[in-house]
Parts: sequence; C-alpha cells; structure tokens
Amino acid sequence: MASIMTSNYQPAVSAVSTGTLSQPDWLTSELSTGTTIAAVEFDGGVIIGADSRTTSGAYIANRVTDKLTKVTDYIYCCRSGSAADTQAVADIVNYHLNFYKMEMGEEPLVKTAASVFRTLCYNNRDSLSAGILVAGWDKRNGGQVYTIPLGGMWTRMPVAIGGSGSTYLYGYADANYKPGMTKDECLKFIANAISLAINRDGSSGGVIRLACITKDGVERHVLTGDQLPKFYEDS
Amino acid sequence: MSSIGTGYDLSASQFSPDGRVFQVEYALKAVENSGTAIGIRGKDGIVFGVEKLVTSKLYETGANKRIFNIDRHMGMAVAGLLADARQIVETAREEASSYRSNYGSPIPLKHLTDKVSMYVHAHTLYSSVRPFGVSCLIGSYDATDGPEMYVIDPSGVSFGYYGCAIGKAKQAAKTEIEKIKMKDMLCVDLVKEVAKIIYIVHDEVKDKNFELELSWVGEMTDGKHQLVPKNVFTDAEKYAKESLEESDDSDDEDL
Repeated sequence: MASIMTSNYQPAVSAVSTGTLSQPDWLTSELSTGTTIAAVEFDGGVIIGADSRTTSGAYIANRVTDKLTKVTDYIYCCRSGSAADTQAVADIVNYHLNFYKMEMGEEPLVKTAASVFRTLCYNNRDSLSAGILVAGWDKRNGGQVYTIPLGGMWTRMPVAIGGSGSTYLYGYADANYKPGMTKDECLKFIANAISLAINRDGSSGGVIRLACITKDGVERHVLTGDQLPKFYEDS
Repeated sequence: MSSIGTGYDLSASQFSPDGRVFQVEYALKAVENSGTAIGIRGKDGIVFGVEKLVTSKLYETGANKRIFNIDRHMGMAVAGLLADARQIVETAREEASSYRSNYGSPIPLKHLTDKVSMYVHAHTLYSSVRPFGVSCLIGSYDATDGPEMYVIDPSGVSFGYYGCAIGKAKQAAKTEIEKIKMKDMLCVDLVKEVAKIIYIVHDEVKDKNFELELSWVGEMTDGKHQLVPKNVFTDAEKYAKESLEESDDSDDEDL
C-alpha cells in the first residue's frame, strides 16, 4: 500500500494499487458478511433473522447466503463478520455439541452452546473477526438469545441485533420491541428490522431469511425481494 | 477368600482362575474397616451423615473431615482410606470445574459420576497401581432435575440410590434406611433420621469415640451443598441421643 501514486486520479471502483499495477479490491479483500442479523425471544421459543449478502469489498460474492447456521437441532447461530472465521467457529461448535450430545445423551442447553462459542471467540479474539448471535430452545430455560460480539463477551438478551446493518436499527429496536410479544409479532418485528437495514446499509441486502425455533424444532422462512416489508415507504 | 488368593492377589491386572480380581476385593475390605457413611435422598434434597471414628483424644475436633464439597451444588461423603478419598475428591473437583468453564453451567451429577467412576475403574486395570480403598456417596441438587445421589465403589461401578450406606456398619444402616419413607420426606426431618441411624449403628464397644458429620444440599440450602447449620446439627444430635435412650429404656423393660 505504501506505493508511490503516479497520478491523483481516483477510479470510481475502489481499488488497491500495488506498484504500477492496479487491481480491484475484491481480489484481495476478505469475504465478509457485512451483515444485518437479529434475534428475539418469545414465550416458547426464539425468532432469528438475517439478510443474505456476502461481500468482498464492493463485490457481492453471494446474494443468497444463509447466515442462519445450525449448530444442533434446537440451536442456531446468526453469523456476522468474516465469513471464513464464523463458518469455522460454527463448525467447531457443532463438533463439540455433537460430542456433548453423545456423551450426555441429551440436547445441550442454549447456554452451553453460547459458552462454547464464547470460549472460542474469546481465546482467539486477536485473530478472529466474528460477531455471533446464538439462539435456540432448551427444555430447561425455553427460548434464549445470547450475543457474542467482537471481543468475546457473552450476555443473554431478550432481543439482540448484530452486523453492520444493526447500527441503523438501534432506534427501531428500542422503540418497537415490547416484552411478551407473540411469535407472529416477533416474526414481523424481525422482518421489518432486516428490511429497514437492507434499505440503508450498503453491505446488507438480498433476501430476508427467518427461522423460528421452538420445542417442535425449526421452521424456516424466506422473504424474497418482492416480499420485503416496505411499510416505511408509506405516507 | 483371602486364603485362596494363592498368587493371584498380587496385582490388579490379573484375574484369578475363577474370574475374580482379588486386589479389588481387598479394596472393598479396606472400605469396611472405616466408619459408616450414609446418604438419603428426600423430596427436596440429599442428606449425608458420617460416623467419623476418632482414634486418639489428641486430635483436634473437626480434623480429617469425610464430607467434601465438589462444586456449589454437589457434595461427597466417603468411607475407606482418607488419603485415597482426597485423591478422588480432587479428580471430581477438577472435572466439575472444567465442565463449568467449558459449558457455563453446573455439571450434571450423572456425568460427574461417570467420569469419576472411569477414573476409579482405571485403577483396577494396571499392575503398576493399586485400586482405591474408597467408596463414595455423591449427591447433588438442581431446581429442574431435583435431588440425585450415586454411589461409586472401588471397582468403579456406580448406581443411583434413594438411600445407601457404606463402611463398617453398612448392612445395619441399610436396614434402618429401608424403614424410612424418604420419598415423601423433607430434609429437615431426614437430617434427624440420618443422625439417629449413625448413632444406632455406632458400636460403642469396639469404637469408643466418634464425631458425627452432617451435610445437606437441596431446596433448603438454595441448591448449595454445605454442612448443616449449628442449630439443626444440635437438634438432630439431640433427637438421635434421645431416641437411643428411649429404645434402651424399652429394652430394659423387656428384660
């Protein structure tokens, strides 16, 4: 990067210059899920949601990514940050929890899953770029959402948002989240949130993926481009 | 038994021709030389009682305790060689603490029992080690799973119990435990019965002095394993002594 620029001309497409040769940034930048993810607890389960854009610089590497990743039958994680890092972490947690399930003969608690995520994210905090929401259902504590942001902190939250798009959502979430919302209200709440973020955040986009996790397992939904909530365009 | 060991009893790694491992059976004998320990699982928790034999008046009171905390929610009462027992306690504590740091919640008793059993069992497989001369009662309480209790013996097998006794007078103690309807009793009442049983099975002729140890874990302790509070202890001991005297009196009447 510390190269001598031969002219002041800045191309419209962002680029990295190496010596005299110029190349587009998507060749060298890391694939990242510059993302919007959200999760909310309700009585009996959780709703999780995410956009579907994976970017490499300005390039959309995948427009239908699935950022809602399964770790057990009743526990999912929403991934944000480096795609490679979060996939690797999710795979490792999946391995640990499968082992746990075999050894203990029962489904792991959501808390347990979140704790394993935390340990990995905290111990490798200097080399990872991963912001993860862990959400799921267990028979002891019902639906739960845990958030593990960049440094590897670990907290339970009734509602959590993450990814670059979440910066546009704090006001919306604070104003519209009400404790005791039903499953359908929560689905609507999350879908609206993701849609709002897609509208403002350049690195969020594509479709909205939603999932509902309860004692009966997982129910997944997709809202394609033509189905995105557009309530904010009214009036 | 011991007379027919004939060379097959020197190592834990060798079977006798009739399929026994004598070293393990000797370890069981070591447990039977120790003061009795009992554990009862009630409706709202577990109560442990130990008859700690005091072999010298020069010991401080409360020395060499035989009830241990394994984790916040879990306790262990042991019978047998105390030094061996401490080794098992350490293993159990390490296991409980590593589970906590890995999974962020207290270790389920069944899981801990499996791990500790495997450790005990491993010492029955090699010629370079001696089996543990220890049986232990492990109990825990959890708001969802309720009270649970397991016993591990020197061979490394474990079973879940509603009530069990280990050590010198285990047979007599088990007979007494069977008389109790522990399944619908609360720990506040069970602790008295436990004290009473320890006093009943204590052999005044052979073992002069003993200290009673009582601990519990359950709803009444907010899920924490701890020695019973002073007032509960005194009440239980008083109840035990009184009911012993009563039965002595009625024995006299029969004569």
